[in-house]
Amino acid sequence: MDMDAVIGLLHATIRLSTPLLFAAIGGLYNERAGVINIALEGKMLLGALVGFMVAFSSGNPWLGVLAAAASGALVALLFAYVTVTLGADQIVTAVAINLMMLGFTGVVFRLMKAANSGSLSAPTFQEWPVPGLDQIPLLGPVLFRHLPLVYLAFLLVPLAHFIFYRTTWGLSIRAVGEHPRAADTLGVKVRTVRYLTVLWGGAMAAVGGAVLSIGHNSTFIENMTAGRGFIAFSAIVFGKWTPLGTMLASLLFGFADALQLRIQAGILEPFFRSLGIQEVAYQIPVMLPYVVTLVALFFIGKSHWPAAAAIHYDREEG
Amino acid sequence: MGETPFLRMEEITKTFPGVVANDRVNLEVRHGEIHALLGENGAGKSTLMNVLYGLYQPNGGRILLEGRPVTIHSPEDAIHRGIGMVHQHFMLVPPLSVTENVILGLPGARGILLDRDQARQRIQEISHSYGLEVDPDAPVGALSVGVQQRVEIIKALYRGARLLILDEPTAVLTPQEIQGLFAVMRRLVADGDNAIIFISHKLDEVMAISDRVTVLRNGKDVATLLTRETNKAELARLMVGREVLFRIEKPPAQPGPVVLEIQDLVVRDDRDVPAVRRLSLQVRQGEILGLAGVDGNGQRELAEAIAGLRIPEAGRIRIHGQDVTRLDAGDLLRFNLAYIPEDRQREGLVLEFKLSENFIAKSFRRPPFSVRGFLRHPAILDFARRLIRRFDVRAPGPEVEARKLSGGNQQKVVLARELSREPDLIISAQATRGLDVGAAEFVEQQMLAQRARGAAVLYISNELEEIFNLSDRIAVIHRGEIMGVVRPDQVTPEELGLMMAGIRRQDAPEPRPETAEPSKEALP
Repeated sequence: MDMDAVIGLLHATIRLSTPLLFAAIGGLYNERAGVINIALEGKMLLGALVGFMVAFSSGNPWLGVLAAAASGALVALLFAYVTVTLGADQIVTAVAINLMMLGFTGVVFRLMKAANSGSLSAPTFQEWPVPGLDQIPLLGPVLFRHLPLVYLAFLLVPLAHFIFYRTTWGLSIRAVGEHPRAADTLGVKVRTVRYLTVLWGGAMAAVGGAVLSIGHNSTFIENMTAGRGFIAFSAIVFGKWTPLGTMLASLLFGFADALQLRIQAGILEPFFRSLGIQEVAYQIPVMLPYVVTLVALFFIGKSHWPAAAAIHYDREEG
Repeated sequence: MGETPFLRMEEITKTFPGVVANDRVNLEVRHGEIHALLGENGAGKSTLMNVLYGLYQPNGGRILLEGRPVTIHSPEDAIHRGIGMVHQHFMLVPPLSVTENVILGLPGARGILLDRDQARQRIQEISHSYGLEVDPDAPVGALSVGVQQRVEIIKALYRGARLLILDEPTAVLTPQEIQGLFAVMRRLVADGDNAIIFISHKLDEVMAISDRVTVLRNGKDVATLLTRETNKAELARLMVGREVLFRIEKPPAQPGPVVLEIQDLVVRDDRDVPAVRRLSLQVRQGEILGLAGVDGNGQRELAEAIAGLRIPEAGRIRIHGQDVTRLDAGDLLRFNLAYIPEDRQREGLVLEFKLSENFIAKSFRRPPFSVRGFLRHPAILDFARRLIRRFDVRAPGPEVEARKLSGGNQQKVVLARELSREPDLIISAQATRGLDVGAAEFVEQQMLAQRARGAAVLYISNELEEIFNLSDRIAVIHRGEIMGVVRPDQVTPEELGLMMAGIRRQDAPEPRPETAEPSKEALP
């Protein structure tokens, strides 16, 4: 592999981990507050559709991203109401949301296709090289020639670290996720904390979805997230619920994705030929990110969930 | 002492579905006093305090603070009005540091930014002025229970609490730690401006520390007395509603051969940390060996290892000389072992099952309860009716769900199942926890009856008084090791307290299994 190929692979790693990073760092907030969110998938998918639709009709990808965030927050509001206020099971509710979003986005997109005879191509983001830094050999092309959303995603990591460990908000979030009653006895508003973190997580997951439709592509495809919401969820677990760890996990999964694309494109063909294999079905490399996720979770050993994860809190029930 | 009381709670009523937890309760607390709130489990003490602290909203009555009626909507509200509460089950977040726990929920001095340095300094000031030593940077989960309690008190003082509620604060402490706590309490009220509500069901402590005492029974306040004008017997009568015996009469023990022998046992806890460390013990036929210790020092793991619910890492467990170290609970049924687990609701009973089904949980595979895999209901019901009568279980009938029974009656169901099989060995873990005085007495009587029948009893308890009453010998456990084995008439509670705190007793070395001879007691 020559240098350009390495640069290409690393660049793609960063690019492809961005949707995961938005969803995972966003989801980290509600996980630390004790709300498990396997509905990241559904929220990403909705964000991908809404981002595409609004960018398509307005001609402005930024409006698409904002609309995606709003749609994610809206679904998150529903999720929060059902789980935090009504006390429904977080996992079951999230499964319902995922299934609902899969159907909903598919139907809406088909209706949109039927109504538009022309091409369904939205305006997309352009790369934004960072002046000066993008000229650094190797690092420049890998790190500093990306879509603006990519920089934004990576800036969310130190922001999350700062909020969790240096602010009263973060202390409240962590306490609510570990021992909501203790937090409650000290005047921390458990429900408010859970609502806000769920809303923020939903908005960020949807932005992650929009990166897929109007960042990496210029259109929406049915089930375009293809399980990335679940991979983002795994990134949180694999990252041991810290912003930095979650980022590294997202990068690992992004790397697996970048690698499988290259395997599909045939970089390993000479290698396969030498083994006497003429052709590798494309479905096999496509599995790679999921296999890496599984293997990663296998190796992480016992994970220490926030103690109150997935547990409903009601003051008078203790 | 001002004319206006610090706090007046008037005619407070709080109901839960099906239960009146507080029934028109009155409580008055004056400035500068330590006011004891005395009552049995379930008498309504915690409910009343949760109302005061804003965790529960009362259905009736009113609260006056320094003469002014107030409504306390939330704990935040209570804190704002100078009320602090140290809950029985600590409200601390284990992974967070002491400082983080203390400042949790407070607005930062620098906006949303945490100001750990300033907080740390104030924590140190508070700890120095009241003798509450603590390391502000330690993660709370790593601290001992006694130190965690200090953190709770600091937390309340940091918020400017002037009325401090201590909910059963001594339950988890050694006698020495209790003395330390009492010293802190006296310093807190010394300036005559603060007050403490001390919740307890232990008469000695109420007599030792309080200025006045209000007694609750069945959700009602039955009396408020000056402590110096009352006595233990009167308080006990008020609390229970009848005369109470403080000493149980028991005939001298007639110990026989060794039934249970534990040698160098090592058992790990759920976090994979050794909880029992090279522990050796013997229990003989016809004796009760009391195992005293502060909760969480390996008692649970020891009991579970003997009962076959936890596989020891090293060491030997023998019953009647046979090695049972690696046998599970099912295999142990052959050895006629009775196990009364610490958590009767989760381990002792299947709450959703009927009493009759709970009674046969360990014998349903055998006739007469089942024949060729089919359950025999007439035999099961007949058996259940007999046990209900014999163990005085207060239940509507054998087909009622275990869930519907009170704690005391649930424990009777466990005892009935375990003891009706006439076991050779009884492992009893915290058998009276959460029971009222009457039910606790029943448990103790049953243990003595089993001893008289010739059973070997390992009686694990946190309650020193109970240990003294029942035991023929007392072993003290600290961090999974035995600190000494002593006779109840040769030791004071203070000496036991030192052993519970980890000071090994030199004059009473552990009896080595090799040197023990059946003919004479293995103790000096």
